[in-house]
Formats: sequence, C-alpha cells, structure tokens
Amino acid sequence: MTAGRPLPHDSAALHVSGAARYVDDIPLPANALHLAFGLSPEAHGRLRGLDLDAVRQAAGVIAVFTAEDLRFANDVSPSVHDEPLLAEAEVFYHGQPIFLVAATSHRAARKAAKLAKIDVDPLPAIVTIDQALSADSRFEDGPVIWQNGDVDNALARAAQVIEGSVELGGQEHFYLEGQASAALPQDDGDMVVHSSTQHPTEIQHKVAEALGLPMHAVRVETRRMGGGFGGKESQGNALAVACAVAAQATGRPCKMRYDRDDDMVITGKRHDFRIGYRIGVDGTGRLLAADFTHLVRCGWAQDLSLPVADRAMLHADNAYHIPVMRIESHRLKTNTASATAFRGFGGPQGMFGIERALDHVAHVLRMDPVDLRRRNFYSGPGAPRQHTHYGMEVEDFDLRPMVSALLQRSDYATRRASVDQWNRENAVLKKGLALSPVKFGISFTLTHLNQAGALVHVYQDGSVAMNHGGTEMGQGLNQKVAQVAARIFGIGPDRVRITATDTAKVPNTSATAASSGSDLNGMAVKAACETIKSRLVQHLCKKFSVSDKEIRFEDGKVKVCDQVFSFADVVQAAYLARISLSATGYYRTPKLSWDRVKGRGRPFFYFAYGVAATEAVVDTLTGESRILRADILHDAGASLNPALDIGQVEGGYVQGAGWLTMEELLWDDDGRLLTHAPATYKIPTARDAPEVFNVALWDGENREETIYRSKAVGEPPFMLGISAFLALSDAVSACGPGYADLDAPATAERILAAINRVRA
Amino acid sequence: MIKSRLSCLPENNNPAPLLRRIEAAHFGTDRVRRRDFLMDISFRLNGELVSLTDVDPTRSVLDFLREDKGLTGTKEGCNEGDCGACSALVGDAGGVRAQNTCLMMLGHLDGRALVTVEGLAAPDGTPHPVQQALVDHHGSQCGFCTPGFAVTLAAGHLSSDHDIKTLLGGNLCRCTGYAPILRAAEAAATETSPPHLKDALEAPRPDASKEAGPACPGAVDALATLYADHPEATLIGGATEVALDVNKALKDLPFPIFLGQVREFDKIEITEDKITFGAGASIETLRRIMAGHHPGFAEMLTRFGSAQVRAAGTIGGNVANGSPIAETPPPLIALGAELHLRHRDARRNLPLEQYYVAYGQQDRRDGEFIEAVSIPRQKDRLRSYKIARRFDQDICTVLGAFNIHVNVGKVLSARIAFGGMAGVVKRAEAVERALIGRPWTRETVAAALDAFETDFAPISDLRAGADYRREVARNLLLRYWHEDQGTPVAVMGVTP
Ligand SMILES: Cc1cc2nc3c(=O)[nH]c(=O)nc-3n(C[C@H](O)[C@H](O)[C@H](O)COP(=O)(O)OP(=O)(O)OC[C@H]3O[C@@H](n4cnc5c(N)ncnc54)[C@H](O)[C@@H]3O)c2cc1C
Ligand code: FES
Ligand code: FES
Repeated sequence: MTAGRPLPHDSAALHVSGAARYVDDIPLPANALHLAFGLSPEAHGRLRGLDLDAVRQAAGVIAVFTAEDLRFANDVSPSVHDEPLLAEAEVFYHGQPIFLVAATSHRAARKAAKLAKIDVDPLPAIVTIDQALSADSRFEDGPVIWQNGDVDNALARAAQVIEGSVELGGQEHFYLEGQASAALPQDDGDMVVHSSTQHPTEIQHKVAEALGLPMHAVRVETRRMGGGFGGKESQGNALAVACAVAAQATGRPCKMRYDRDDDMVITGKRHDFRIGYRIGVDGTGRLLAADFTHLVRCGWAQDLSLPVADRAMLHADNAYHIPVMRIESHRLKTNTASATAFRGFGGPQGMFGIERALDHVAHVLRMDPVDLRRRNFYSGPGAPRQHTHYGMEVEDFDLRPMVSALLQRSDYATRRASVDQWNRENAVLKKGLALSPVKFGISFTLTHLNQAGALVHVYQDGSVAMNHGGTEMGQGLNQKVAQVAARIFGIGPDRVRITATDTAKVPNTSATAASSGSDLNGMAVKAACETIKSRLVQHLCKKFSVSDKEIRFEDGKVKVCDQVFSFADVVQAAYLARISLSATGYYRTPKLSWDRVKGRGRPFFYFAYGVAATEAVVDTLTGESRILRADILHDAGASLNPALDIGQVEGGYVQGAGWLTMEELLWDDDGRLLTHAPATYKIPTARDAPEVFNVALWDGENREETIYRSKAVGEPPFMLGISAFLALSDAVSACGPGYADLDAPATAERILAAINRVRA
Repeated sequence: MIKSRLSCLPENNNPAPLLRRIEAAHFGTDRVRRRDFLMDISFRLNGELVSLTDVDPTRSVLDFLREDKGLTGTKEGCNEGDCGACSALVGDAGGVRAQNTCLMMLGHLDGRALVTVEGLAAPDGTPHPVQQALVDHHGSQCGFCTPGFAVTLAAGHLSSDHDIKTLLGGNLCRCTGYAPILRAAEAAATETSPPHLKDALEAPRPDASKEAGPACPGAVDALATLYADHPEATLIGGATEVALDVNKALKDLPFPIFLGQVREFDKIEITEDKITFGAGASIETLRRIMAGHHPGFAEMLTRFGSAQVRAAGTIGGNVANGSPIAETPPPLIALGAELHLRHRDARRNLPLEQYYVAYGQQDRRDGEFIEAVSIPRQKDRLRSYKIARRFDQDICTVLGAFNIHVNVGKVLSARIAFGGMAGVVKRAEAVERALIGRPWTRETVAAALDAFETDFAPISDLRAGADYRREVARNLLLRYWHEDQGTPVAVMGVTP
C-alpha cells in the first residue's frame, strides 16, 4: 500500500543537489527589475515630507513609487483593509514600507532606497503591552470574554487558589528562504505572479485589487517555499503586490526579495502574550476553576490577530477538564510590526498558560506534576464524555494511554529519582525533568475556510498529474497527497506528478495553514481520483461484463477477474473509448459549527495529541542551560507517511523549545526591533536539539473519517516544546524553596534571575 | 540599518574607526587610482578554470555565483555569515574547508578552488554520499538549508571530521530539528569521498608571470609600502567583518587590500619562549595550535563563530578593531600576548591590552597594520569562559579569561581579562590584586568578588542587562575555582 509508506520528500533529490528552484532562483528575462522598499524610520508619526530625488538619481534606478502613484487599491491586508502597501499620511511602525524602488539589480534597489530624505513628525509610540493597556489601544471595542460557569464563585469555594502572571515572548519565523515574489506582465495585461506564499489565492486577490483587474487576469504560482511556518500566510502580500504594480507600470518583469534584516523588521511574528491566571483546586489537586487573562500584543494592523487570539482561548484548557472557566482576551494594538500567523496560531500561547499554571500549582501543592496533570485529564474512551470550556464534546481523548506509554518508554520514574539525586550531589549544575501533553484542535476556526479543491489528469501513458490548493513549504504535503493518488490508482508514487500550486488550475483555495494541508487537499484529491477511477471501472465492467467487485487496481496493474492489464493499457483503452480522464475533486470538512462571538460550538473536527518528556540542565552560576534528552510520543492517526510525520514532530519540538528558551525578540523604547538578524536572534542549532531524541508515533487511527484516518501533524508537535521550558523550571526549582516563576523565553539571564528568586 | 558584527550596543552601530577615516578621505573621484584596485582573478569553479579581468574584487562570491553564473543551488539565507545556506567548498594550499560565500569576495578566490553544491555529485551524476544520505534519512524538508548542509557535511567528510555538531554550528535549519541531518551524517561517515572532488578542489597553480596587483600584495614589505601610501585603503583579511559593511551597510570599498596572499601572514613560529602567529592566521589555525598549549583556549574557540567563520576569519582581523566583545583578546591578554605592529619599515611591539585605548580607539596610526601576535610560553592554567545566548555561532555577552598560577597553595600570579564588561577588552586588575599572594581558597575567591565592582561598570544592551553581566563576571571566577576543585561546571559536559 502506497499511502502509509515512509517515502522521502518528492523533492529530496532536488534539495540535496541544489536543483530545487525557489522564487529567487527562477530565471527571469534580462530586463527584469529588482525592488526594494524604503522604510519608516519612526514607529509612529505623521509623514511630513518625502524627498526622493536622490533615490531617483541613484545608479540603476528605473522607477520609484509612493502611495500617490498607486492607481488602484493600496492595501495588502488579509483581513480588514487596514494595511496599505505604501504608507499614506501616517506611519505606524518602524520599518513600515513608505516607498518602492525599482532598479536594475537587487543591490542597486537597496542602495537607492537608503538615500531618501524621509521627514516624519513623530507621534507617541505605543510599544509595550502596558502602554497599550493604559492607552486603551486595541482592536475590537473591548476584551473578548468567554465564560463557562461563575468563576469568582467557584474560586471562592476552592480549597486553594494559585495566582500568577507570566510573560511569553513572540517568535520570528526565520524561514530560511526570505519572502520573495516575482511578477511577469503578459501581452494582454494579465499578470503572472510567482510567490513564496502559503496562500496563492489571497495573493491573486490582492494583486487583482491593486491592478484593477478581475481575479481571472491574475495567475499565481507557487512551486515551493523555503519554509513558511505561518509567516507566509499573509506577509508575502506586500512583495507580490509591489512586484505586480511595478510590473504593470514599467511593463517589465519585477522581482522582490527582502534582505534578511528587512524581512525581520518588516514582517510580523508570533504574538507575544502576558498571561494572568487564577487557578482554584481542591485538596486532591483537582482543578475546579480557572480564570485567565490574555494580553495579546498584536502590532499595528489587524492581520490575523483576532483568530489567533481566539485560538489561544480555545487552547487555554489544553488536555484538562476545567469545569468552570473564564478567559478574558485583550487584543492590543501597538506600533510594532503586525503580529501574524505562526505554527500553532495562538494555540501554543493558550496552552502555555495552563501548563505554566499547573507547574505553579504542583509546586504550591507539593504534588508530582505528572500526577497533577493525569488527575485532571479529560475522560478517556469508556467514561462519560466531558466538554471543553467552549462546549465541544471531547470524544477521542487518547492521552491517558499515551502518557502511560511515554512514562514507561522514557523510564521516567527512574530518571526522576536520578535527577533528584544529581541535584543533591551537585552544587553548580542542576537538572530538571518534566512532561507535558498536547491536545490541539484541527480545523480552521473560520469555518468557511475548511474546503479544498483538486484537479487530476490521467494521461494516455498512465502517468498522473495533479494539482491541489495546498502549498509545499517543506512539510511534504505533495508527497503525502501523491501517495493518496497512487494508492487509489494502485500505481507507484513515481507515476504521480504534483505540479506547482496554481490559481488557474485550482481556484478559491484556503491558505495552507491550520495543519489542514493533507486533511483537506488529500480528501479533495481522493475525490477527483475516485471520480476518474469509477469511470475506468464502469468502462471495464461494461467491456468485460463483470461487476465492479471483480476489478482491482494494485501494483501498477488492473486486475479484471483473472485477467491482468497494465494501468497504462487500461487508460489507453479508456481514452480510445472516449472516456474523460480528467476530474476535479472537492472536499469540505463535516461536523463543524462554531459561534466565535459566543465562544460556543464545535470549531474542530477532531483533536491531535502528543506528549513529551524533557530533561534539561542549568548552570546556577551563569543561567546557561541545555536540553539533554527528549522523549516524544505523537499521534498522527494512521500516518500517511511516518517518515515525514516524524520529521514534523522533531522539527516542531525543536522550534517550540527554541521559542521558549533561546529565541528572544527585543525592541527599544522607540519601537525599533533590535534583534533583526540571525546575529542577535538565535534559533536552535544542531547542538541545541536534545542530545538524546526519541520520537515515536502513537499507533492509532483517527476516529473521524479523515484521509485514510490520518491526523494533521503540522502544528501540534510544536507545543511539545513546552516540556523543555517546564524542565528548566524544574531545574531552577531545585535550587531553593521558592517557585521558579520563570518567564519565557528562558534565557540565561532569566534563569539566573529565577534562581536568585527561588533562593531568596 | 548599518551593522557591525562586533558592536556591543544596539545604538552603537559605528563602523570601525578605520572605515571612518576612509569616509573622510577623498575617494571615488580619482578614476586611475580606483582602477588600480580592480583585479584579474583566476580560480577553479566546480573543476573548470575561470578567469575574470578587471573585476571589482569586493563583489560578493554569492552574488557572483547566483547572478553571473546561474549557480542558484547556493542560497542566500542571511547575507551575513550566520545561516550557512551559502556554504561552498574552498580549496587551497591550506587544505579544504567550507566557507560562507556571502562573506567571501571575488578577491578571495584568486588562486583558489571553489566547489558549490552543484559540483558535489560525480560527473556521471552519482550523488555525493552525504547527499544520498540526506535523501535516505529525510534530512531535507523545505530544502532551502539543504545545499549548505550538504556542502558543510562534504567538507567534514573530506577531512574525516566526526564532531558533526561542531561542524554544523554555522548551518541553520528551521524545519527538521536537525535529527535526520545528524543521522545522515553518521550514515555517510563510512562511505568514501568521490575522487572528482579532490581534483576540483586543487588550487590552480599560481601564475608566476602574473603581477599580483596592488589589491593583493604577495609580501609584507609590499603591503607596508602600499598601506602607508594609501592609509585610506581597507585591509581585508577573511572579510568576516568587512563583508558586512558591503552587504548590510551597502558600502563600496574603493580601495581594498586583500591580505590573503601576503606570504608572511600565514606563518606560525613556535620557539622556546613564545608562539607567534602571523596576522593572517585563521581562527581555526589558532584553535588547532592552542589545543596543544592551552586547551581551554582552543575549547572556547570551537564556539567562535562557526566552522565557516573560523576558517575565514583571521586573528589580525579579530584584534584590530578593538571591539569589546571580540573573543580572542581576553585569553590573549590573560596569557600576556604581544602585538607586533608595522608602519612602512617601522616596527613596534605592544602588550595587547595597551593597544585598546578606549572604546573605538586603538593605538594604531594611519597606514599602520598588525603583522603578528605572540604569546609567551608558559604552563597552562588558562580557562576561557564564553557566555552567549547560544553555544555555537554567537558573539559573547561576557567572556572571562582566567590565568591564575598557584604555587604551594598560594596565588603566585593572576591575569584576568574580560570582554563585554567595558568599552574595551580589559583586565580585572583589582580582582587580580585581591588574589595574588593569597591562599588559593574559596574564602580568597569570595573576598575577591567585590573587586569586580572596582574593575567594571558594564552596560545593558541587547545581549544582556548590566546586572546580569556583573553577576556573571563574579560567578565566572567562582566557576574557575570550582572547576579547579574538580566540580562539574559546564552544561555541555553533562551526559544525558
Ligand atoms: C557569522 C559571524 C560570526 C562571528 N563570530 C565571532 C565570534 O564568535 N567571536 C568573535 O570574536 N568574532 C566573531 N565574528 C567576527 C569576525 O569573524 C572576527 O572578528 C574575525 O576574526 C575577523 O577576522 P577577518 O580576517 O575576517 O577580518 P576582516 O573582516 O577581514 O577585517 C576586520 C577588520 O580588521 C582590519 N584588519 C584585518 N587584518 C588586519 C591587520 N593585519 N592589521 C590591521 N587591521 C586589520 C580590517 O581592515 C577590518 O577593519 C563573527 C563574524 C561573523 C560574520
Ligand atoms: S547567506 Fe547566511 S551564511 Fe551566507
Ligand atoms: S529543511 Fe527547511 S530550513 Fe532546513
């Protein structure tokens, strides 16, 4: 069976040889222009004057554009039209694009862009969460509040209430390939756009608006991205629109890619949060009530912040049944780059809140943190079902057996004892060990996005070409989907070619996001393949006077009773019999009903689960730390490709651990991002991955009818990294009687400060 | 946004003083002189000889590969030496290594061999063992980092370097979590390297008839004259700092002088009483030599930049600009190193700490350059502690070097130097005084800690706050003491 096999990524051979093409590698005609933005030098202010003479006169410059030069829509927002491509009267963050230079080379454009005299009359900049709160600077009229029961009442009756607050930093995507786009004007005024985007349809939409064209006049193609992680869901709009506008104006192909520093300054990142919590427990550690406050720093434009903040609220329970719950979510507007989608889309922040709170509760109750967690898990199969705080029944709670299995595999109890012993014997280095589970809801919370289309062609030689709305950013979506098609036709995956995502082939697609790629597109492709297959079957039934039960497609052959034909021969015969060998497929996720205003309903088709145990060590003299070992058990349902899924788990864990340990974004008081390059913003290297790294997939299948009962795997493993943070917290707690009270990211500086606190 | 790698303050993005001088000079108008600094360059690229005439030698090799040669397998991930996506193999008399092409300039290529990812596979298309292993072990996801990993792994493969994590410290991958890449490296280790690589990495024979142009002097005397005549020129060692001025600050360097072919600069001389490094010795060479004399220095240097940066960066380039967070100066000063400076024919020697006058100010006149650095031979008591946000490829927040000699329980001598604690790399003289002559005990150490307040008043910047620096500096003395007592002090030393 092809689906389920651990085949390599379909582009692996191209990756390793350097032949795989990304947007900046596409050869363009010699007259192509290269673009660069001129950026706002202030975080907030009125644009008083813009002297671009020197820019225009600089070597290689062909054209310069300001907002006034834009003939149609000046907007690149994915949501509420609040994000101009080029600033108009006011600038809202340091690094906001103000003008656009088109020049004969990338370097010439960048050099010229620095020559502008930008006169900005500064206005007070709101940079921090506290500043935004005190200025009441926010999106929506007030906080979004979801309540399930009377939390004050429940807390008043609890045996103990544990209160705290934790800072949780944002995260730069640091996709290795920076944002890039290229636009090629066509002879009839149409525009072809190559974009490194997770959302070609939105690029098409924004480009069409900006060019004053109907959507059918714009074709967007995305072959692959060098990483996305959510950072290319909306953040590529500006480049694509800039290229299209400049290409329309000059009649020449235009390409734009951000220099890394510009990329980090201009584009949005993961939302940083401050999370306040009050947790009521009974004498046995049972959670009675929880009251969370999410202060969410959204940046200057709305972008995707509302659904991100919603998803944080939706994951405030993580894996625990909390009978009474209140969450207050403040979506704060600040003069910083607009925070955006990033793997987990708010889920990690919500989940971090409860996990951190439980860490605190366990410390106060002097209870084993694993016991505390297990005591509060949702009910498993067999027991009466429980509901989440937003009213969704938890039907498939697999974490109880998964946690038991992981505790055993990781030899947790023995290692707990040896960590404690180490800590008794060592004065300078202290170890910590922690476990954390993940329950992550799968589906877009904007219900209409849960649909997908596909286009499948079978050629006369039996080779198959297909296209779907998903984009390939490294997750192996195309390979997985090709395996689905291969399985249906009973042919080798090498006979299936997935071509670049193309808005002219599959229209009106959703972003490849919310882990939905293979769930949605796999099903759409399956539908298309089955349409074609059933035509072939019908044809064979008629021709051989057999029933469809007597026909099998396997091993590249078609078996009709005891006759065997090659797939190619069957296809050829069908063609001669004038049978259509091309079909579209369509899928929409069932069972969803969600009222986001009330915060009630079933926003998710199902949950994906995982559990990780991490061991870490800290240096009490310097606060330096290191992850020693991680053991993970992750639920990918009946995996479509276990090798690719394990890749997502390993990569997700390291990225999640990086977020909470070493990756720190810093702004100065004037709203300038200080860590705008990999020189100062540090993502994990090979040495920062756990020295011992045991990752396995849980042997189970999705109880819902997903594509071959698999589960989505893009985002959920990211949150396994929370266990790394908790292990550090555990190590710090070994230094003294107090609670570590560690903020994230747990840098050496924060760890050392926390050690001083617990000792005090 | 101007940036300088070794600047320690966010707002302190001042280019090096030397560069400031150049700005003040009258360049750009004198066409004839500018032309003198163009170069004819020949090198081997993926096995083929390439000759270029009259090129701007400061053009980035990465841009040249991608834009001129259409060799787009070499990727730009950062254009500042931090991600490794642009790595290519470089071969010359010094051997073979991976380097970041974004930090290399065409001038560096002259007389060398370069193999890009496109040249790893055998002529018949058979992938290099590391390439095949990356496929087999699912080592690529988005694939953008992959060419760089393949190249770096191939470099390690050629030199049978099995310390893969150190080798890969300068290659970032955001997708895989590295696990499959490490598995691939392990699997490929036992395979033999394809023979074509050796030939392709053979440096072309230096053309004896060719007059090395002014931009590329072959002897130190020529350099001394040229630089004294043209103090507005930019000396370029490995360019791991200078390239950032070109790539990020978008500067032109009209008068570049490449130091890579200055014969005397590679020399390392070990005598009875000192070890002398030519200014052009790479950080990797320094590390290799130090391993046999001061292993603690060498150990710290495995954290200096990345394999690619250590191969390119030079000791002269590291000490020249007086960055307070340059990482060789603290251990060098703790060892009592001397700087050998030269202006035209005038030579002088200077204890390294005296070279650093104040922030942004060194004891070096126009047209003077560093010829060599020497370290007195001594018994090894040196430990160098680098504190950074990340173990690999990160500039220090604080770096403390301790060279404390103890005789029958008493501190005989102490030289302690810190980076990241002041506007220059500086000795902790008050702390030294508090130790010298006292018994080598926990009490002495504890009593000396307050002397740090006398020595340093650190600042807050994006790497850490002043309080953290202050506390860590004290604690590093404690670490030295603990380590001397045999207590485990390094998180990297802990086995899971
Ligand atoms: C990614 C990355 C990581 C880095 N990591 C570290 C690190 O961990 N620790 C650290 O300390 N540094 C680090 N650096 C900085 C840099 O690599 C080192 O300072 C290196 O030693 C510089 O040497 P170079 O030959 O490349 O210098 P170049 O860039 O060639 O020159 C640097 C300066 O010194 C001058 N100069 C060079 N040689 C001489 C000479 N003989 N006489 C007088 N002046 C001279 C040049 O004119 C220039 O102003 C890093 C840089 C990068 C890009
Ligand atoms: S492009 Fe990142 S190291 Fe060269
Ligand atoms: S595979 Fe995407 S960055 Fe390494």
